[in-house]
Formats: sequence, structure tokens, C-alpha cells
Amino acid sequence: MDDFFAARSQMALSLGFHIIFACIGMVMPFFMAVAHYKWLRTGNEVYRNLTKAWSKGVAIFFATGAVSGTVLSFELGLLWPVFMEHAGPIFGMPFSLEGTAFFIEAIALGFFLYGWNRFNAWFHWFTGVVVGISGLVSGILVVAANAWMNSPAGFDYVNGEYLNIDPIKAMFNDAWFSQALHMSIAAFVATGFAVAGIHALMMLKGKNVAFHAKAFRIAAAFGAVAAILQPISGDISAKDVARRQPAKLAAMEAHFHTEEKAPLIIGGIPDMQEKKVNYAIKIPGGLSFLAHGDFNAEVTGLDKIPEENQPPVAVTHYAFQIMVGLGVVMMIIALLYFLALWKKKQWLQKRWLLRLFVIATPMGFIAIEAGWTVTEVGRQPWIINGIMRTADAVTPMPGIVYSFYIFTAVYLSLSFIVAFLLYRQIRMVGKLYDHSSEPSKAI
Amino acid sequence: MLYVVIVFLWTAILLYLLLGGADFGAGIIEFFTSRKNRGRTRRTMYQAIGPVWEANHMWLIITIVILFVGFPSIYATMSVYLHIPLTAMLLGIIARGTAFVFRHYDAVKDDMQKLYNRIFIYSSVITPLFLGIIAASTVSRQIDLQAQDFLSAYVFSWLNGFSVAVGLFTVCICGFLAAVFIIGETDSEADRQFFTRKAKWMIISAVLCGVLVFTASYIENIPLVDWVFGKPAGILAITAASLSLPFLWYGLTHGKAIIIRLLAGFQVCMILFAATYRHFPNIVLLKHGGYLSLIEHQGQEKTIEALAWALLIGSIFILPALFYLLYSFEKKKPGEA
Repeated sequence: MDDFFAARSQMALSLGFHIIFACIGMVMPFFMAVAHYKWLRTGNEVYRNLTKAWSKGVAIFFATGAVSGTVLSFELGLLWPVFMEHAGPIFGMPFSLEGTAFFIEAIALGFFLYGWNRFNAWFHWFTGVVVGISGLVSGILVVAANAWMNSPAGFDYVNGEYLNIDPIKAMFNDAWFSQALHMSIAAFVATGFAVAGIHALMMLKGKNVAFHAKAFRIAAAFGAVAAILQPISGDISAKDVARRQPAKLAAMEAHFHTEEKAPLIIGGIPDMQEKKVNYAIKIPGGLSFLAHGDFNAEVTGLDKIPEENQPPVAVTHYAFQIMVGLGVVMMIIALLYFLALWKKKQWLQKRWLLRLFVIATPMGFIAIEAGWTVTEVGRQPWIINGIMRTADAVTPMPGIVYSFYIFTAVYLSLSFIVAFLLYRQIRMVGKLYDHSSEPSKAI
Repeated sequence: MLYVVIVFLWTAILLYLLLGGADFGAGIIEFFTSRKNRGRTRRTMYQAIGPVWEANHMWLIITIVILFVGFPSIYATMSVYLHIPLTAMLLGIIARGTAFVFRHYDAVKDDMQKLYNRIFIYSSVITPLFLGIIAASTVSRQIDLQAQDFLSAYVFSWLNGFSVAVGLFTVCICGFLAAVFIIGETDSEADRQFFTRKAKWMIISAVLCGVLVFTASYIENIPLVDWVFGKPAGILAITAASLSLPFLWYGLTHGKAIIIRLLAGFQVCMILFAATYRHFPNIVLLKHGGYLSLIEHQGQEKTIEALAWALLIGSIFILPALFYLLYSFEKKKPGEA
């Protein structure tokens, strides 16, 4: 492994690790706020205990997200100093605002976690809501900074110099809205399905069913609504990418040849030598329609992109397929769930519906990782699209491979410990949070 | 507007040293506590820092964001030449933050606690050690932009007697701040005496490490004495800090929690002032006489302006909330974590 690849891998690892904790940290507060609200309104203790149980999880995830985020703010410079030297003053605006949002989140979390029985009950509830809102704002700002790398704006690039910097224009670049929307909804889908899946599993096992059923309903509602909205935001993103980054779209779809009535390619194995995709399902005109809203439109293929500016096709294509595929599966589960809620109440008592949610537990997060792979790998070889190459941005320090190994070891052990802690939390629900001790009955 | 940004940068560093430092200090005190007293130390510390620890570490993020937005070439140079100590510090931050949360939120209290404790204690010492090393390296004139080999570019840039001495000094300061802070939080007379003893030990160690810093600077030809005492402002700051020391000792002996906190904060503020004012606006001194300056190496005007506004507007939101947080958890009421 050479140092450049090691630097890219370390960055990918750090982002991939952080994103999971960041999503949970920004979405769970909303679930808690609902449970907390129900406790304050109904006085049903199960809701209070549920809020407390979830807040323990959130404290663990938030802290892990906060430290891995701190690491990232340094890693940008440690791994990509040339990039930061030029990009920092241009796309730094969302980061400076994010500092505020994140600070408020940490303060509000202090109030929320340690504020039980200390403050007015509604003030305490409100601090929980502030954690969620400021977390969401943080997420949107950071994504806006990433969007700038895809869609650089707010400066003039003249003879290798970055002139006339306008940080506000840079923040509101062309890609910020579609990316931020897609990511925010994705966070709700992933966290909603993950949490609902875990509680569904506990219901199937017949443990503390009343407690887990309430938790399941809140998480599933958020996840299901978001899963149904996500395809709409995906469509906005696809049209946006087609317009701004034709090379990325071509890689996502393994679309080798520029053509009108371009087919939508589902699955398949891209053959780089022959420039074709084997074993794929092709929907005629599908890609033209999705990218440009017209079945006959011309879609730029990789043949129009100079070879040295092409992103890796196979990785981008597979990642895109995984993301879309999982998104569709979750959308179908969400539709079934709403059908059950409104028309087929008897389904809610069926084990198969819960089983579906259990199976879907990791899907949202796998889709998020795949989606970020599409965004980041699909932008290669650029770190600033069309302006600076990733290879030119990397640190001159040799031996990054070792740094990569160390961080891999650290993040792997942290993942194990967090999973272990979560397992223990869930196992202790009966003892700590659910005293109703109803006779355990499985659904 | 540049000066607004510089004031925020300096304040963020100071607050990180004070609040984040006290926070690291909690682990350092635990490190220097005998096994039988550790449980007690841990409980008192946790009650005091639990609600605020995460906010305390935000000052580091603010510092780093100001650097990379406003002074990108300074950030880039430090990132390249101080890569190794920065990575060590980051690993410390990861280990410490997660161990702290894991040990309090693990639903089952068993032998895993020993592991969390060990990680927390060691990383609490290592992180400020490297923070001090990084700070010292910016002025020790060992960063060599022309260096050809790995060792002189990436290792000797930070590994020298002076930097390590400043690192140790930082550890003592953090421990001292934590002990001083905790004295006001204790419930019993026995605890108060215990932490007072700790605070006194930490003062003595800090003074000894201070001597070590000056000795190392003398050996390595760093004109620290001239920086600190060369101008009236520096002499004044150090004199004020030294003169307040007996008052602090008195306050410690007689249990005046507020006075000793204020004095401790004042001393750290004076030390930071004396250490930085002489090179201002230079923030990084390089080998062969070069330097990186907050004025010459600032970002473009529009960036600085936007950054200043972001910081000003941000502080309208942050400061009242932060004060209310610190104030609320000062009033001791029964609560559950």
C-alpha cells in the first residue's frame, strides 16, 4: 500500500466511522423528544424509562461522534495539507458556523443528560429538542462543505491562484441543497430502521414487549416516513449530479458510451476492457429520463471524459447499486408498515412484519456508507472537482501507512466496544427500565 | 476584523487551557491518587465535570477552525511538520473521551471498568503532554522547511528537551487546575483536605517543571528568558502571577474556593500572555529565522470578515448558554445521571 492510497483509506475509514455516530447523534434526540413528550403528557412511566434508556445510548454515540469529529477536523490538515491551505479560507464558512452549532449541541446535551429533576420539566424537554436541531444543523453545514468539493464556487481560479474569495457564495454552492437534503433524510431512514429493527427483535423474543413496542412505534414511524421521502430527494440529487458532474453519473451507472435514449443499467458487472456491462438489466431510455426528465435526452458517457479524469467505475457503480437497492427495499417495508397501520391492523400482530424490520436493521447504514462511497470515489481523481487533484493535495510525510494501521485498529476496537455496550444496555432493559414485569408473551 | 479573529483565537486557546485543562486534570489527579482513594476521586470528579466536559473540549475545535479558515498556511505547516505529535494527541482525545463515557454508561459494572479507568487515566496524562509539546514546538525554532530527511523534518521538529519540558509543565498546570476546581465541589471536610493536598503538590510540581523549562531553553539556546522578561509587560505578567502565588496558598489553606479559582485562572492567563505576547503577531517560529505571522499569513479579507462575523454571532448563542450550564450545575441539587 503506498502512502497516497493509505491517506485516502484513512480518510475513508475516519469518515465512514464518524458518519454512523453523527447520524445517530442527530436523529435519536428527535425520537427521545417524542418519547419524552408522551411521558410529560400522559404520565406513563414506560415513556420516561424509554427516554432514559435511549439517552444512555445517545450519550455513548454522541461522545464517540464528537471525538471522531474532532479527529476529522485535524485529519483534513494532517492528510491533505495542500488542499486545506487553499480550500480552508474558501469553504471554511460552514465549518465556523458548525463550530457554533456543535457547541450548542454539547451544551444542550449537558442540560438534557444531567437535568432530570433539576429543571422545569418542559425546559428540560426543550433542551433535548435543541440537541436534535443543532445536531441536524451541524450535519447540514458539514455536508455543505463537502458539496463545495463537488461543486466549487465562491472564487476565481486564475493561473493556479484562488482569487476573489467569497465564503458565503462558496457555502451556498450548487450542490449544497441536494446533498444536505439527501443526507438529512438518509440519517432519519438509517437511524429509524436500525432502532426499530433492534426493538422489533426484542419484541419477537418476547422480552419487555410493552416497552419495546412503544420504542418500535416511534422509531419505525420516523424511519418509514423518511424512507418514502428519500426517493424524491434521490431524484433531485441524480438530476443535479447529471448536470454538474457528468463523469460521476457515468461512473455510477457504468455508462460508457454517450448516447440518446440511454438505458438505466441495474446491477451487472462492468467490463473495463470491453467498455460494457455484463449481466445487467437494462431499461431503455431509463437513464435519460432519470437524469434529464426526458426519455430521449443525451446522457454523457465516460467516452467524453479524458481517461485521466475518470473516476473508478466498478466501485462507484457497485456502491450506487447497493445504495439504491437497499433504499427501495426500505421504502417497500415502509409502505407495508403504513398499509398495516391504516388498512390492515391485523398485520401489526404478525411476526413477519417485525421480521422484515429486523432484517432491515443494518440496511440504512450500509446504504449511507455506499452513498458516501459514490460521492467521494465518484469525485476522483479530484479533491476539488476540476480544480485540484487528490494526488496533489496529500501530505509529503512518508509512512502514512502506519498511521492508517493505527487508526484502523483504534476504530475497530471502538466499534466492538460500542456494540458490546449497546448489547449490554439492551439486555439490562428488563432490570433498569421496565418494571412492569408483565408475563412475557411473544407476539 | 483581523483583530476580532485574533482575540477569539487567543481566548479560545486560553479557555481550552483552563476548562479543557481542568478536565484533563481530573484524570491526572486520578493518576496521582493511591488506589484506595481512587473511587472517591472518581465520584467527586464525575459530579463536577460530567455535565460540562464535552462543552469544554469544543474550544479546541474553535481554535482549529479559526486556524484553518483564517490562517490556512499556518495550519498546513503545523499539520505537516507536527504530524506525529498531533496524531498522538488525537489518539489521546479519542481514548479519553470514549473511556470517560463508557465507564459511566456501561449498563453493567464489572471488570471492564478497570479497563476504562486505565485508558482514561493514561490518556488524560498523554494528551496534555502532547498538547504542551505541540505548543512549545511552534516557538522552539526546530520546524525546518528545508529539511531533507525524515528525522529532521518530522521528528526533531518537536522532539527536544524544551518541548518535552513544556509538555510536562502543561500536565502539572492541568492537574493543578483540576484540583483547584474540585475543592469547591467537595461535600466533606476530608475530601476538601485531600484535594487541597493534591493542589499544593501540583503547584510544587508546576514550579519545578517551570524551572525545567527554563533550564532546557538555556541548554537549547532558546531565548526564553528574554521573551518573558525582555519587556515590561512580560515582567509585569510574571510578577503578578508570582505575587498571587502566596495568596493562592493562603486561599488553599483556608478553603476560599472562589478566590483560589479566580487566582488559578489569573495565573494561567498571565503565563499564556507572557509566553505569547513577545512574538506577536508571529505564531510559529521556524528554523533559519523564518516565521509564520498572524498578520502576514492571514486569509483574504472577505474570509477574515466572514469568520469574524461567524464568531461574533456564534458567541451570542454560545456564551449565555454556556454560562447558564456552568452556573446550573454549580448549584448542588440531587440529580441523576
